[in-house]
Amino acid sequence: MTIGVVVFPGSNCDRDVRWATEGCLGVPTRFLWHEERDLSGLDAVIIPGGFSYGDYLRCGAIASFAPILQEVAAFVERGGRVLGICNGFQVLTEMGLLPGALTRNEKLHFVCEDTPLQVSPGHCQWLKGYGDGETIHLPIAHGEGRYQVDPGQLQQLEDSGCVAFRYQANPNGSVGAVAGLTNPAGTVLGLMPHPERACDPATGGIDGRRLLASLLG
Amino acid sequence: MVATPPFSLAEALRKEGLSRADYDEIVRRLGREPNRAELGMFGVMWSEHCCYRNSRPLLGQFPTTGPRILVGPGENAGVVDLGEGQRLAFKIESHNHPSAVEPFQGAATGVGGILRDIFTMGARPIALLNALRFGPLEEGRNAGLMEGVVAGIAHYGNCVGVPTVGGEVAFDPSYSGNPLVNAMALGLMETEDIVRSGASGVGNPVVYVGSTTGRDGMGGASFASAELTEASLDDRPAVQVGDPFLEKGLIEACLEAFQSGDVVAAQDMGAAGLTCSCSEMAAKGGVGVELDLDLVPAREQGMTAYEFLLSESQERMLFVVAKGREEALMARFRRWGLQAAVVGRVLAENVVRVLQHGEVAAEVPANALANDTPINQHSLISEPPAEIQAHWRWSEDQLPPASREGIGSRSWNQVLLALLDDPTIASKRWVYRQYDQQVQANTVVPPGGADAAVVRLRPQQGSEAMAAATRGVAAVVDCPNRWVALDPERGAMAAVAEAARNLSCVGAEPLAVTDNLNFPSPDSDTGYWQLAMACRGISEACSALDTPVTGGNVSLYNETRLPDGRMQPIHPTPVVGMVGLVHDLAQVTGLAWKQPGAAIWLLGVPLEACSGPGSMALDDRLTLAGSSYLECIHGLLTGRPPQVDLALEKAVQAFLRQAISAGLVACAHDLADGGLAVALAEACMASGLGASVEVPAGATRLDRLLFAEGGARILVGVAPEQAEAWQQALDQAGGAGPAIPAQRLGQVQASAELVISQADQVLVQLPISELQKSYEQAIPRRMATGV
Repeated sequence: MTIGVVVFPGSNCDRDVRWATEGCLGVPTRFLWHEERDLSGLDAVIIPGGFSYGDYLRCGAIASFAPILQEVAAFVERGGRVLGICNGFQVLTEMGLLPGALTRNEKLHFVCEDTPLQVSPGHCQWLKGYGDGETIHLPIAHGEGRYQVDPGQLQQLEDSGCVAFRYQANPNGSVGAVAGLTNPAGTVLGLMPHPERACDPATGGIDGRRLLASLLG
Repeated sequence: MVATPPFSLAEALRKEGLSRADYDEIVRRLGREPNRAELGMFGVMWSEHCCYRNSRPLLGQFPTTGPRILVGPGENAGVVDLGEGQRLAFKIESHNHPSAVEPFQGAATGVGGILRDIFTMGARPIALLNALRFGPLEEGRNAGLMEGVVAGIAHYGNCVGVPTVGGEVAFDPSYSGNPLVNAMALGLMETEDIVRSGASGVGNPVVYVGSTTGRDGMGGASFASAELTEASLDDRPAVQVGDPFLEKGLIEACLEAFQSGDVVAAQDMGAAGLTCSCSEMAAKGGVGVELDLDLVPAREQGMTAYEFLLSESQERMLFVVAKGREEALMARFRRWGLQAAVVGRVLAENVVRVLQHGEVAAEVPANALANDTPINQHSLISEPPAEIQAHWRWSEDQLPPASREGIGSRSWNQVLLALLDDPTIASKRWVYRQYDQQVQANTVVPPGGADAAVVRLRPQQGSEAMAAATRGVAAVVDCPNRWVALDPERGAMAAVAEAARNLSCVGAEPLAVTDNLNFPSPDSDTGYWQLAMACRGISEACSALDTPVTGGNVSLYNETRLPDGRMQPIHPTPVVGMVGLVHDLAQVTGLAWKQPGAAIWLLGVPLEACSGPGSMALDDRLTLAGSSYLECIHGLLTGRPPQVDLALEKAVQAFLRQAISAGLVACAHDLADGGLAVALAEACMASGLGASVEVPAGATRLDRLLFAEGGARILVGVAPEQAEAWQQALDQAGGAGPAIPAQRLGQVQASAELVISQADQVLVQLPISELQKSYEQAIPRRMATGV
């Protein structure tokens, strides 16, 4: 059982994710350089936070053309589990694996703080560790996390149970207070908050543990 | 033969900030007249920014050695030994002038520059802090500067993936138009040997890595060494533009390269760019460097030798590489999308030789540029300036009488709320919320949680990255600029003492200092006196507290020419950055109350202290002179700030650290701006728990009891189950050495209310929610209307 963590130039949460999965939870974790194509032996892939390729153009836009992500798209087709955190969520929307887009925070400032979230596991098997409607606390740290999608699509996402995480005190102006989404199959999850920053009691809360621990099923 | 196109000497000297005497010295050293490019090289290398030509004689008195000091002043950063095979590099640097004219990029590149100083040594940056000063936020221009500076720091630090874990921000009209932006970085060494900057190995290739060279940041070091005027806005091209994405790759590639053992020497290109890096590397190594500008990766075409040599384009480094290893080394940098090129070689002859288009564009003895640089002689006035002496004559009995109801028309409740609404005292959440405080997953105490930031010492790379780590490093930046303005020696001592006290409050052992001397022009009697007295204060305090200075930065000419022609100098601001070792992270103590029922103790000079037994004179270690209370409530910036009792500081801090490691202390918070009442309010707000406190009844003025500053004082919470052991520790300390003054003031309460009374009569009674409202809204409220 192994987790892969994608590393772009400009990724900066790649080592933090490995500390959470391998250091705190004991799950073997391997880094995947952006030019690689080998996903063999992996049970799940995490696209971590950071500023991939400098986030020039739009956040995540250049990253979505990386060789490794072509393999990640194929991995998703085969039913593999993919988690995108922060910049990783932006990449997933740029790749079209999740709908909508993430734009500059409503008040324009970067925001870093713990924030309460409501969890709705829906179809996502690896969120079953959380009760439906449970409140958890995860840190956010982003300047471009305002989720945008047209009202019809938002309704569709709500109806199909794809809105997995919702802000309780919307910090960035996201429509529907959306903090995280799954695809209809529940195999792809993208969220702006950082579950890997909530796995180690020495540095904060541990509400992210169940999410990362159950990534392997 | 060196090419010498004609130029106007007078104009060139003015532009380079050189005097006629400097020019004569240059001619003497070269044995001929310099050409324009060479003159530019001397101009930057002989600026205050690069060679401390005004401050060097004063910096020599700093204590710089100690058992833990591995690298002191002179290299890119200081390095201290943390034991257990871990070494910490750290340094502070200013970017004041660039931030004044272009706050976003000025501040961002300040962060980039200090990070390069750290990883050039072979250390991975693990934390950033910053010390900022602005004019009052009621003025839109100042609010705009703060908006830009904070966004710039956030942009660079957040993107490069180094957490910003602490800092301080203060406001005063003297900083209007001349903000201060000091950035401090800490790094954990990842290489076996500390990477040095002295070139060696004749024939070794000189390799350029990082970003391309352009015309941005031309002459930034000279620009930074002159005062600001309205016309300074025209100097915006002297401000560099930063790219944190390139820097992130540069960190990774440099650390890989250093570990390969292929790098003989390294120097980042900061102030004075290629000129500084070539001449420093050659001078330190006692060798020469030949540099071919045609090989330097350029951002634009048609750049002259002068422009190449003086460009301060960011994210660039220069290496001396073991011969034959250059291709392997350059491949590492290209993998990260960076430039890499062999641009020269090490020469036996001690000279910096610059080639362009097949000709020698400049040739200067390396020592002539970098060694025995000129010193500006200043004479120190024999007694304090008259206006300072006038301030020192102020005394507390000039204040209106204080009663239990309040002072003047204000109640004590109103006074406390007004102090919490002072942006210098108020919550800085608006600022630090914009910084990523957590990336790298080692932040144990983020901003606002305790008196110092604490970062776990878990390496990011190698086998130990996945191992549990129980030790940490604590860091702070401090400067009571109001006190320095009134008494530079006491103020500077207090900066060191407060930094050490803040570290002690989290349980960390203070180790070493990096200082950033932000001062007005040293050319006036008062200006030089301020600088000299502050250096003396830092020296005395660092010696007494065993915290040697490992380096730092000097920023002079921080003054603004007002439209009417007068100069407005800043408050002299010697910012002290200090690092400490946390032996056991499980013992780290925060400032918030922990449990109702805990006893509240005050360590340090007692509230009602007099100057001696039986004396009625006031103890001058504690005073309202120069206090926040005096300025905010009475509109007075006057008086002589408190005497700093270094022996008491040392004893109280050592006692507190010992009590923390014995598990006796639930929380600790130092008394700073606003004195006892503000410190109590902060511990209440951080915890949501109330406090009920009784101040002694006697002859002492009530405002002195509540708001006086100084006295090495620390507020401590002691849980009921530790009460006995705490009392024993106090008794033992008194028996074994100097007595630790301590008084019990009251108790932590479950009710969310702060109550301060005297002889059963209530002086202050405020719900925490009301304290919060003033404290949390002070800055956002002003920013919402100011910008």
